[in-house]
Amino acid sequence: MRWVFGLHDIDEQERLIVGGKGYALGRMARSGFLVPPAICITAEAYNEYITVTGLRERILMELHRKDFNDMRWEETWDAALRIRNMFLSNPLPKSLHLQLYEELLDHFAEGAVVVRSSSPEEDSSRASFAGLHESFVNVAGIDSILEHIRLVWASLWSDAALLYRQELGLDVHTSSMAVLVQQIITGDRSGVVFSRDPNDPHMAVIECVYGLNQGLVDGTVEPDRWQIDRTTGRIVAHVPAQRDKLVSPGVVGVQVKGLSEDLSSIAPLNDLELMKVFKLSLQAEEFFGAPQDVEWTFQDGNLWVLQSRPITTAPTQGSADKREWYLSLRRSFENLQLLRRKIEQEFIPAMIEEARVLAGQDLAGLPDRELLEEIRRRSEIESKWVSVYWEEFIPFAHGVRLFGQFYNDVARPEDPYEFVKLLGATEMESLERNRMLEEMASAVRGNQDLSKQMEEGNLPNADPGFLKTLNEFIRKFGDLSCPVTGVVTCTQGPEALLRLVLEMASHPPSRGAIQFRDVAALTASFLQRFQGEELDRAAELLDLARTSYRLRDNDNIHLARIEAQKLSAVEEGKRRIALRGRADVYQPLVEEISKLSPTEGFEGRMSTAPQPTGGDFTLRPRQLIGQPAGPGISRGPARVILQPSDLGQFRHGEVLVCDAVDPNMTFVVPLSAGIIERRGGMLIHGAIIAREYGIPCVTGIPEATELIRTGESITVDGYLGIVTVGSATLS
Amino acid sequence: MQDFDTIRQRLVQLFASQKLAVLSTHHNGQPYASLIAFTSSDDLKELFFATPRATRKYANLQADPRVALLIDSRSNQDSDIHRAIAVTAVGKAAEVTESEREKVLKLYLSKQPHLEEFVKSPSCALVQVTVATFYVVSRFQKVMELHVTA
Repeated sequence: MRWVFGLHDIDEQERLIVGGKGYALGRMARSGFLVPPAICITAEAYNEYITVTGLRERILMELHRKDFNDMRWEETWDAALRIRNMFLSNPLPKSLHLQLYEELLDHFAEGAVVVRSSSPEEDSSRASFAGLHESFVNVAGIDSILEHIRLVWASLWSDAALLYRQELGLDVHTSSMAVLVQQIITGDRSGVVFSRDPNDPHMAVIECVYGLNQGLVDGTVEPDRWQIDRTTGRIVAHVPAQRDKLVSPGVVGVQVKGLSEDLSSIAPLNDLELMKVFKLSLQAEEFFGAPQDVEWTFQDGNLWVLQSRPITTAPTQGSADKREWYLSLRRSFENLQLLRRKIEQEFIPAMIEEARVLAGQDLAGLPDRELLEEIRRRSEIESKWVSVYWEEFIPFAHGVRLFGQFYNDVARPEDPYEFVKLLGATEMESLERNRMLEEMASAVRGNQDLSKQMEEGNLPNADPGFLKTLNEFIRKFGDLSCPVTGVVTCTQGPEALLRLVLEMASHPPSRGAIQFRDVAALTASFLQRFQGEELDRAAELLDLARTSYRLRDNDNIHLARIEAQKLSAVEEGKRRIALRGRADVYQPLVEEISKLSPTEGFEGRMSTAPQPTGGDFTLRPRQLIGQPAGPGISRGPARVILQPSDLGQFRHGEVLVCDAVDPNMTFVVPLSAGIIERRGGMLIHGAIIAREYGIPCVTGIPEATELIRTGESITVDGYLGIVTVGSATLS
Repeated sequence: MQDFDTIRQRLVQLFASQKLAVLSTHHNGQPYASLIAFTSSDDLKELFFATPRATRKYANLQADPRVALLIDSRSNQDSDIHRAIAVTAVGKAAEVTESEREKVLKLYLSKQPHLEEFVKSPSCALVQVTVATFYVVSRFQKVMELHVTA
């Protein structure tokens, strides 16, 4: 077993243990190409590490909790985060540490390096999957290099790699990862060259940016692009970029900076340099015997090869393949900052204004024909905001994940979700709503007259103070009669709200949301790890994450308010049909309304299926496995929510079983003993709110609403992610 | 969603691939476990095994016919934790009746042909377990119950 190879020592037989990248650069180094000095940490070192630390089995456990086909991308991301934390919290075994330390000291005692993944899997697969594994630019100090080697290893199990696990042939028993540690070349211009354009076999393509290649590779900096005729060497086309940024080494890692005005007007390469790059690509193609995709950089006039690999076609994707979209949700800090400004300054105010204007319109006064137009107009407004929601708000949620990963890198917490505590100091509208509900419940508690008046529906005579709060609540949050986004029909009225308040009042005050008292302390101990520019960036990232965290709650509420306006127009139409009869209402309006009121109801997931049976057998669940999303253990009767009206039946001490805790239904959370969600993830709304209230929560059990029946005794183990149905005695 | 057919298919495969099961009996409340060679009926409702009549397990069954059987696919590897399936069958044991014996014997020997001499010995009892419920464990902690309703 050999754990380290110098670039010049790599032979054909090492190909599988140094990975494609390491092997190609080794061969180039030996043949006189100008490549940065580097050493390769072999896949055998990875295997030694995961065997000695026992990580192999732990990764197996993590990846087999659940069938991958039943996992949402968020769950895949969560699994990848937990695996990453295993790598972060398990140091190298002594002998491995000693050898790597000495080798690194020999080569990189001074100066910074790039720590690159060199995956044998990626190399052997036919398709190209750029960006599945991590690489780290500008890492200095032996200890830090060693840590980043572990992070590259962990990226063998990144969310992206897990999404493409089939194409990669990813397998815990056989997959491994080699790492290339390369001296950093701080080029002034960098880029990629395709010796043959994948779209035109007669052309070569060069892309180039100022500064480091990182900006081009991750899409932060737009490159200039040239096409060159392969036979004549003539420059056929040049598409200049909007040159305004460059990526350069920061204190640690890289930073995005503005480009000076002088440079922004000049193309990053002149004709002579273009020819140099073009020729390099042809040499590489000849050397490897196949068209190459070469990353390169110019430093003081010298052209360095950073990596070279055969041009492969991107994996073919059917329209049903959503993986590209999932991966596009992984946004950079800069991108998220832009998104934040757009959301806070543009979208949210516009949504509030939209809902306000719509609410001010007099629907009752419209003739049928105009009501129809109004319904259509409101449907369009709603779908406009739904698409904004998907295109802008959902990606912004990645701010929380970005921070989580960053926090785990620096704080190394035992609980990979400790970072959520730092975000909890935010004002969520649903928490405010729950606080007002509790206020009303405590007014009812111990006031028998009031509760009697509520039960009898004799509200006008109720305590004016209470009525004031009630009206304020309805003004702010609605009357909860249309609680779930996506519901097409509901009848407005305060009955459901009053029933809920009565139910709350018949029990002692529920636990309030935990206002994490240690938020300040955690924040301080997190920030004190940084200084200067790093401190600013950490603080900005935390602030971004808090905004992202708060928005994933509030955006739903804003969206629901717009939806409610569409619904009230539909309700007006229904009222007319009920009043005058179908025949006497403008027919296109009748048709539109029946179109907007499909019968399948609740997110199309209404389950009327009886328990699955087969002949003489009945199948029943005993233990179901999901994700441990909120720590704690509790037991109670199940309340399965299949349609919004089921929420009105919710009783104190029941276990909430639902598709997902919609932000508009969190008002029952304080009443519940535990929460079970079909939808999976640690950062989904229900999990977050459960943690705030300290309620055991298990997410990601797709069959929960089908297999569990209302009234069954349920134990929710939020530590292990296990839901147990029924009691322990054998029936 | 794991439907009935998937689970049934799993049981059929498991029972075909495994020759041995762990049998639990008890004597005055003292649990007792034994390894036995088993087979199952096509409809999965019965499990069969053979035991000499002089054994402790046979005596226990005479006193209380309630039993549990464990059938699993473990291979003594770490990966068993997530890969293996374990099925606990709970039911009642009784000696196979004379009228059924010929049929059951044929079924039993088709899976355990090397036990022919053993089973055919006059001192050996052929036992039938009528299953009430299967508890099917997969993925380490996922448990489904399959109740025999008729």
